[in-house]
Amino acid sequence: MMSGHSTYQPQSAFMKWMERRLPIAGLVYSSFVSYPTPRNLNYWWTFGGILMFLLGAQLVTGIILVMHYTPHADMAFNSVEHIMRDVNYGWLLRYLHSNGASMFFVAVYIHMARGMYYGSYKEPREVLWILGVILYLLMMATGFLGYTLPWGQMSFWGATVITNFFSAIPLVGESVVTWLWGGYSIGNPTLQRFFSLHYLLPFVIVGVVVLHVWALHMVGQNNPTGVEPQSEKDTVAFTPYATIKDGFMMVCFCLVYAWFVFYVPNYLGHADNYIPANPSVTPTHIVPEWYYLPFYAILRAIPNKLLGVIALFGSIGILAFLPWLDTSRVRSAKYRPLFRQFFWIFILVTVGLGWLGSKPAEGGYVLASRILTFYYFAHFIIILPVLGWVEKTRPLPNSISEAILNEGLPLGASGPAPTATKN
Amino acid sequence: MTATSVEPTRRDFLYIATGTVGAVGAAAALVPLIAQMNPDASTIAAGAPVEVDLTPIAEGQVIKVFWRGAPIFINHRTKKEIEDARKVNVASLPDPQSDEKRVKSGKDQWQVLIGICTHLGCIPLAHSGEYNGYFCPCHGSVYDTSGRIRQGPAPKNLPLPPYKFLFDSKIRIGEEDAAKV
Amino acid sequence: MARSVLALVLAGSLLGLVAAAPQPSFAAGEHETPAPPRQKWSFSGPFGKFDRAQLQRGLKVYREVCAVCHGLKYVAFRNLADLGYSEAQVKAIAAEYKIKDGPNDQGEMFERPGRPADYFPTPWANENAARVQYNGVPPDMSVLAKARGYERGFPWFIFDMFTQFQEHGVDYIHALMVGYKEKPPAGFTLPQGASYNEYFPGHAIAMPPPLSDKRVDYTDGSPATTDQYAKDVSAFMMWAAEPHMEARKRIGFQVMIFLLVFAGLLYFATKKVWADAH
Repeated sequence: MMSGHSTYQPQSAFMKWMERRLPIAGLVYSSFVSYPTPRNLNYWWTFGGILMFLLGAQLVTGIILVMHYTPHADMAFNSVEHIMRDVNYGWLLRYLHSNGASMFFVAVYIHMARGMYYGSYKEPREVLWILGVILYLLMMATGFLGYTLPWGQMSFWGATVITNFFSAIPLVGESVVTWLWGGYSIGNPTLQRFFSLHYLLPFVIVGVVVLHVWALHMVGQNNPTGVEPQSEKDTVAFTPYATIKDGFMMVCFCLVYAWFVFYVPNYLGHADNYIPANPSVTPTHIVPEWYYLPFYAILRAIPNKLLGVIALFGSIGILAFLPWLDTSRVRSAKYRPLFRQFFWIFILVTVGLGWLGSKPAEGGYVLASRILTFYYFAHFIIILPVLGWVEKTRPLPNSISEAILNEGLPLGASGPAPTATKN
Repeated sequence: MTATSVEPTRRDFLYIATGTVGAVGAAAALVPLIAQMNPDASTIAAGAPVEVDLTPIAEGQVIKVFWRGAPIFINHRTKKEIEDARKVNVASLPDPQSDEKRVKSGKDQWQVLIGICTHLGCIPLAHSGEYNGYFCPCHGSVYDTSGRIRQGPAPKNLPLPPYKFLFDSKIRIGEEDAAKV
Repeated sequence: MARSVLALVLAGSLLGLVAAAPQPSFAAGEHETPAPPRQKWSFSGPFGKFDRAQLQRGLKVYREVCAVCHGLKYVAFRNLADLGYSEAQVKAIAAEYKIKDGPNDQGEMFERPGRPADYFPTPWANENAARVQYNGVPPDMSVLAKARGYERGFPWFIFDMFTQFQEHGVDYIHALMVGYKEKPPAGFTLPQGASYNEYFPGHAIAMPPPLSDKRVDYTDGSPATTDQYAKDVSAFMMWAAEPHMEARKRIGFQVMIFLLVFAGLLYFATKKVWADAH
């Protein structure tokens, strides 16, 4: 978007030699050192870095778990118990990986909500946003595949229910499901292919993350004002300013992560998954992992099988169209008083759907799910387009520095306290 | 900022402390990542000593048993094999060791070896090679009837596992005689 | 921002309460399964530790009562060293079991005394045999303490995250052990061969009451009561399901201290760095 604060000057003879052949040091320097980042970013902007860290942590712990895990229907459960009991620090690595998946979703939901609040998906960041939606879909697929691997009751029946989504496809549905299973029911062939794909997808995620970061570096970061940086006064160098701030938040996030891993490692899981998979008994109350619950509620809210599945995928797919559904010219919710309220209602509706997704699909819960499902879609299809037309937005500052001055805060001196979202 | 002589020092200290603590944390985090590759508790437990009954092994017969995943050769040697092993000039060997040191005293006929070639880990064939001892088919190392290296690329004699005689016809591999230890 | 978060939390709770309102009508349909009463466990909380004497008593109850029907296949005899037994004691316990091994040189399977590396043998050959013998498959007890639990409901499940309540399974198992009623309440028809248990979902349980007062001899002066047996065997099952719990909590505390110190340092370092951003 603009020239950096400084360019990379190789110091040693070797680095000069290298730079003429493979300018990787220069690339790293311009992307992660001198890269100009808006100086008014608040702590909600640190979750991209946190997600990078979590992706790395999941890859490391996952690759290690594979050294001890056996992807076979007869041995998977035993090998997980072997990891938990016999492998040196196996319990730690497994709990890090299983809770890491949940933490990944915590971070990604915050990251997405931040993007939605500050209008980070708007022109020129549409592709950046869509790549994010793709990453989210890949994460969901990876998380689901990974949850089947311990081959407990929830693994087995979760896999059964989710793969049965595809049986809703007219005409070929049943054949597609048989193809997915590699048999006439979920079994060892299913487990082995799920394992293979669970190992593959994280590397696809890494690839899309590279594109996501590339796209980000093309258009630059959005910021709490939603006003693009005008001059060097509006930005600071990524290192040390953003790196140290990201590092601080990463460690704070690790405190939460460690709390779950060491003190309540099974809190986010389900007791039934400590029962070995049993094809003849379905658990009385089957629920997906917490991070899928809002979508699960949407699925169950629709009484028609095909429409339910369409609604489920639609509820995620609609995010990709957000840049065009939001018709407002103002990015940040800070200057959009009405949108701001609808944003929080939307968050509440999603949380409510999540809660309903964990409840049995009966009586009042179904009715509530239907109302909230309707609202979920209405938010995107009706509220956002209409708001853009009717909302009277607050005047935008001329620049980031002006916004900071107007808020009476000295530049940067506010330190780590979140500055930008004071309502 | 006004530059004073105190300010940068204190700041540097903070940065150094933060960096050090971070490095210590990263190093500590490596411990489980590395330790997990060591033998796990079940593998260690499975490596417990094994007992072998020698009664069914005829003179001149070599049997193979497994201890900690390694083949253990138990050779019931003939008189001639023992003689062959003892008449060589120990000092002339690549890895000098007398045959007496390679068996338990008074149990000259029982030779217990780890059957893994000291070159690159193949399993030698028993009763073969120039010295009618052991011959490794991979790279041609030749061992004598005492399991000592005589020719070929292997640098050392075939190693001896820890073992002890419980009584004349039973040994326990994986445990050394208390007296010898 | 603080205000928006507060508003979010408040609104979330409100939404939850509204949605929770119809709950009682659902619960009434299910023959009222009461929540298991909370017990005191030595291993609960961030510094919790297993009570070795209790685990040894629990092992005794397992071996003398539960083991008739229930396996413990993921627990090896060597693991009993965790319970405070010496190597010789572990060997002696292992040797009391007959372990199927083989094939031997004649190609036959044979039985030999257990060794520390062996695992507790399951008392039945396969699930079908168990069904014939016990009118059902008695679940393996190795991970049962983590495989059982009960719904805490809103808002308790949120508090549990902070209070570190993780003892749903043991509370339930204890309640189940003491929850047998000689006669089902009026209007409840019990299937053939089943017993009535207050805490079992659906109440008709295939397992007859396993414990009774004085059934197991305690040598350490602990009361020989059903309640005490139930507590001890539940604690033992928690250990069996999560043998590294003490290490987990100990390392967890070290990690938390480290992260707090590191976060503190980073906080001040961030402040310092940004002070230069004028």
